[in-house]
Amino acid sequence: MRNLLTFLIRHHFFILFVILEIISIILISNHSYYQRTTIINSTNQVTGSINRSFHSIRDYFGLRKVNQKLAEENAILRSVLSDSLTVGEIREMTVKDTVYGQVYQYIPAKVVGNTVNRSDNFIMLNQGILQGIRKDMAVISPAGIVGIVKEVSRNFCTVLPVLHSQSKISAKVKKSDQLGTIQWDGFNYRRGTLTDVPTHAVVAIGDTVITSGMSQIFPEGIMIGTVHDIDKDEGDNFYTLSIDFSVDYNSISQVYIVRNFYKEELDRLRALTGMEEVQ
Amino acid sequence: MTIRNVIRFIVLVLLQIFILNNINFRGYLDPYLYVLFILLLPFDTPKWLQLLSAFLIGFFVDLFSHSLGMNAAASVLMAFARPTVLQLLSPGREYDPGVPPGISGFGFRWFLSYSLILIFLHHFVLFMLEAFGFNDFLSTLYRVLVNTVFTTLLVLLSQFLFIRKR
Repeated sequence: MRNLLTFLIRHHFFILFVILEIISIILISNHSYYQRTTIINSTNQVTGSINRSFHSIRDYFGLRKVNQKLAEENAILRSVLSDSLTVGEIREMTVKDTVYGQVYQYIPAKVVGNTVNRSDNFIMLNQGILQGIRKDMAVISPAGIVGIVKEVSRNFCTVLPVLHSQSKISAKVKKSDQLGTIQWDGFNYRRGTLTDVPTHAVVAIGDTVITSGMSQIFPEGIMIGTVHDIDKDEGDNFYTLSIDFSVDYNSISQVYIVRNFYKEELDRLRALTGMEEVQ
Repeated sequence: MTIRNVIRFIVLVLLQIFILNNINFRGYLDPYLYVLFILLLPFDTPKWLQLLSAFLIGFFVDLFSHSLGMNAAASVLMAFARPTVLQLLSPGREYDPGVPPGISGFGFRWFLSYSLILIFLHHFVLFMLEAFGFNDFLSTLYRVLVNTVFTTLLVLLSQFLFIRKR
């Protein structure tokens, strides 16, 4: 017993080192996405409120930009109001309303935590279960897509943004309607990659890339970015397109969480058919 | 002495999470100045306390940057390597516990190699853990080198800003 004690005391530096590293590695290796966000979620209430007060300072400096964006968005919304349409079109709109009903609802939210310089980034928003937010809802900003809600606590939620190694979002080239997948290479937060676009499709630099509507998460036609560069490997049947994101993820502060009223029904149907989930 | 270190701990954590974590030059400049705390720990700090405080500062930074465990692991390794690096830099020499590690006490070249080695070690572990199974090795190494240089510059800058005439 005494020998053991002297051994422990003599080597306490090394033993403590090993213990602390093991603790750290346990913390990291709960790296299955779910567990990691659960640990972070339990601290969300603390870090969330600290982050929020810091971001309210940042928000103040960004007010000018936000105002400008809001004004632009107002202009777009005003242009679809009934008084800016002719009589004939109004009749059409009312018909459409009764046939389709509402599919998507938009809930405004504020960014209270954001990273862009890691290979796996996170965004935290100030809306949670109490505000009706659930897992797998889409998050968009006035300029384009942002990500998908991953974990929700009472008043906050974390978002798996486009800037994450596991983010795969179904997209299409607007001009040719060719489907592909948006991914991120983990390096430059202004640029992503669109893969799986077949080479027979005509794609030009500057073409717009939008969401495809194949997912039950994102509405169709949300802006993603524009084609920056076209790359094709010899003997490969698919393009690798480099995309300039339309959103500056480093400066987002106002976003909308999108709720799809038909998601549960579509999910159930897909589960019955055994289809894979499309993001 | 103890109080100065506690204050340095708090100030560096706040500086890290509120200012440095928000620096994004071209998306990959990501300095970790909080390691300055480990660099400046007095020589006579008990070894177990060096490890434990390194773990704590890493853990606090982790809490606020969604990277649980990564900064803690890198910091603990850095604190563990510190005595060895001190031995390597001036073999056979006893460090005077009254003199804090810094440019004023040991000269520019000594301090530069001391911080460069330890910061490189810390960043190497940190970025490798972060990129685990995702980026290829070369681009991660590039990040490690660029950020090592940047953090070291900040460390040197802090030395010149808070230098004490002896």
